[in-house]
Amino acid sequence: MIAENFKYAAPSSLQEAYELLHEYGDDAKILAGGHSLVPMMKLRFASPTHLVDINNIPGLAYITEEDGYLKIGAMTREHELEESSIITNKYHVFTDASKLIADPQVRNFGTIGGNIAHGDAANDHPAVMLALKAEVQISGQDGDRMVSINDFFHGFYMTAVQHGEILTEIRIPVPRNKFGSAYHKEERKVGDYATAGVAVAIEIDDNGVCTNAGIGLTNVNPLPMKVERSEAVLIGSRLTTEDIATAAKYAAEDCSPSEDLRGDEDYKRHLVKVITKRMLNKAIQRAKS
Amino acid sequence: MTKTITLKVNGTEHTVEVEPRTLLVHLIRENISMTGTHIGCDTSSCGACTILINGKSAKSCTILAVQADGKEIATVEGLATAEGLHPIQEGFHLNHALHCGFCTPGMMMRAVEMLEKNPNPTEEEIRWGISGNLCRCTGYNNIVKAIQWTSAKMQGKELPSTEPEFV
Repeated sequence: MIAENFKYAAPSSLQEAYELLHEYGDDAKILAGGHSLVPMMKLRFASPTHLVDINNIPGLAYITEEDGYLKIGAMTREHELEESSIITNKYHVFTDASKLIADPQVRNFGTIGGNIAHGDAANDHPAVMLALKAEVQISGQDGDRMVSINDFFHGFYMTAVQHGEILTEIRIPVPRNKFGSAYHKEERKVGDYATAGVAVAIEIDDNGVCTNAGIGLTNVNPLPMKVERSEAVLIGSRLTTEDIATAAKYAAEDCSPSEDLRGDEDYKRHLVKVITKRMLNKAIQRAKS
Repeated sequence: MTKTITLKVNGTEHTVEVEPRTLLVHLIRENISMTGTHIGCDTSSCGACTILINGKSAKSCTILAVQADGKEIATVEGLATAEGLHPIQEGFHLNHALHCGFCTPGMMMRAVEMLEKNPNPTEEEIRWGISGNLCRCTGYNNIVKAIQWTSAKMQGKELPSTEPEFV
């Protein structure tokens, strides 16, 4: 399968990339890892007139903890997340998710920024970001702006990234208390989109009270979904079996899955309930160990 | 509008004129005439087109040729040397790790990167490691054995038996 014709540019600086995006107009697309965009172009679901390849721009791939944030450069590859000691020691939700995203070859190229900026509720990082209460840095000719992940997803393939802008960094507040996180998705086979996926992040203080909770859902809602009702149950709770069960129940009730080849609505809600419960227990265990 | 790109394939530099929409796998097979890299599913699912780009395994049906400008590509043709087969080829040969052979070039290129990063993988790590490569003949067991054999060979360890197991 061959994509429609397009013009290709590979700028070596962000400034140059912004200029090209402005010059080319609405039909230009940004090429990061390319493992969502190129398949769509081959199927001719997408036919941009121009591709602006940002792989040659230095300084967009990094993982650091500074100023109270875990900062991840948008062009950080999935395999770099899998291999980073900062991530594997503390932010287990990424390790869980990275393992389940596509396959090793795709993870060698796929980027975290692309996974989010693609704006697909079936991708895995959006739920992870919602659980971690991330902020996203969007950059353009007028400078940088920070957007809460809660305001980032606008619709199917639509995000807060406006024409001429590039998502450049993801910031996750460094947890202050005991922290645990986990992600799991049910998939029919390696590389499949989630039948349902749940990302969980919690913080627990020294008295065993939950001080922060985030729950994000994959592919069971038109937009990547944060389950506020479940989070509210958990914050201030001692994370009893009952509270966990209630949070899981709310997640299953509040999402809005559609029936497809992966399962019907009831089945998907059931999965959300079971996975939420399991991931909460896993995150609690991780926070305590 | 075409673009001129320069890349190294198995150590040899090539300068090629391509349309931006040309896929890397087509460049390798058609412009450079190396047909060892296969096109299986053409949707980045099967891994038959796996090659190495600057040492990293990649599905060349989902990468544009222009993205490989200035890069070093390794394909299955580059594995064997004048001295003989690469250990992974020897491993696949001795362990009967292929039937029809269609997935083999991609499977071996993937295994090469995996063993480079993790010279002594567990069986589970091997199975995860080749989870992006489909084989419709072998049932994978002999491929896993071949990679285990290669791992031992490359580390100078005692070689596991290559006798087939009859259950």
